[in-house]
Amino acid sequence: MPESMSAWQLIASGDATLFAIVRLSLVVSLSAVAIAGFIGLPLGAILALTRFPGRSVLIVVINGFMGLPPVVVGLTVYLLLSRSGPLGALGLLFTPTAMIIAQSLLVLPIIAALTRQTIEDLWSEYGDELTAMGVGPSGRVVTLLWDGRFSLITAMLAGFGRAAAEVGTVMIVGGNIEGFTRTMTTAIALETSKGNLPLAMGLGLILISLILVINAAAWGVRVWSEQRTG
Amino acid sequence: MMRASLSDLPLVLDCVSFRAGGTTMLDRLSLTIGPGAPTLVVGPNGSGKTSLLRLCMGLDAPSEGAVSWGGRTNTPQTRRAILFQEPVMLRRSVAANIAYGLAQAGYPRARRAGRTEELLDRVGLLELAARPARRLSGGEQQRVALARALAREPEILLLDEPTASLDPAATRHFETIALMAAHSGTKIVMASHDLGQVRRLAGDVVFMVRGRILEQASAADFFDHPSTPEAAAFIRGDLVL
Repeated sequence: MPESMSAWQLIASGDATLFAIVRLSLVVSLSAVAIAGFIGLPLGAILALTRFPGRSVLIVVINGFMGLPPVVVGLTVYLLLSRSGPLGALGLLFTPTAMIIAQSLLVLPIIAALTRQTIEDLWSEYGDELTAMGVGPSGRVVTLLWDGRFSLITAMLAGFGRAAAEVGTVMIVGGNIEGFTRTMTTAIALETSKGNLPLAMGLGLILISLILVINAAAWGVRVWSEQRTG
Repeated sequence: MMRASLSDLPLVLDCVSFRAGGTTMLDRLSLTIGPGAPTLVVGPNGSGKTSLLRLCMGLDAPSEGAVSWGGRTNTPQTRRAILFQEPVMLRRSVAANIAYGLAQAGYPRARRAGRTEELLDRVGLLELAARPARRLSGGEQQRVALARALAREPEILLLDEPTASLDPAATRHFETIALMAAHSGTKIVMASHDLGQVRRLAGDVVFMVRGRILEQASAADFFDHPSTPEAAAFIRGDLVL
């Protein structure tokens, strides 16, 4: 990025580097949320609806992992993917794929824990009715995930906020390589350390705007679907 | 399925007690419910009517004694349905709520839409089919729940004070549909503490106080010759403690 320009000038001039960074940030964070949701929604629902030994411990662990330090997750994935690590042969370190894997792990506990709480609350309302209708275990999971969809959108957004805002994991496993693994947050960190504060601040404002737009869109979908289906 | 062709009637409670959290909700009661006109379970609030219906549905297991349906204690609940005092509407359209009930009852997918329409027509809600179920009034929600219960084509339909919070017009509407179901062969067991309703609907009456059955009689006998002072007091409108 031309360092003499402010972030707004970069936007106005349609700077290709800036748009590549924005695009990568969105692709990585949204992919991570999609993967974490794919696993976390059913996992949370199953945790809410089943009883097994060690369930309480698992719930406490998942709740606790909502606050996982991003650098620790980054470091763990780094060790797994590094050349001498168990998954080193895949050659994923310092690629966007590595960043998606690391952020999925970061977001998964958030989505699973919030889903578990939502579904458990919903079950206390629905339990008798579904039992009386003879709904089996898998049917309960599907029914409650669908009927909890409005609350679960918020859980997904919490996960997205976490992914979009963090810098530690993507820095460690992505390496902040220009044009390849540089995201909004790592660019901001870099520009700040270079003393290019207006550009860093401008990038920060763009990032916040993007997060707001995505949240507004999700809110709109929620209100629209709530009006249609109650 | 072989078992589905077997009858769930008579429904027999044999010296059944039910305790929850240290409180005895039902105390050694025995009861036989056979086919015929609606059985109304009557008694003051807290007398155990809801607990009794839950046991009859098989939602709770008795602490002591046994519940049996058609002589079997372990039947699938496919031939029974229950309507709770405050039914839960799924967060979907009215029609989708009925279709869900049909799907759970194993009704073939291809015929669900048509059957949903029939059921909604039966409870007078056809024009509301596409509306979100949770946006309906209390009376309309009760009718959706009734249609969803009827979707199971139950042999026994348990109703837990379904009209307690409804206005007279909605109550009349509900009672009419319930009586139609009774006429077409569904055994209705309904909790109520509204004596007017009991007079309108009951073939026979089960009178409960404090988790015990004090009387079981035909509706006429119950009102004209109550055999316990508690029943006489209840019919007079006195508080029964």
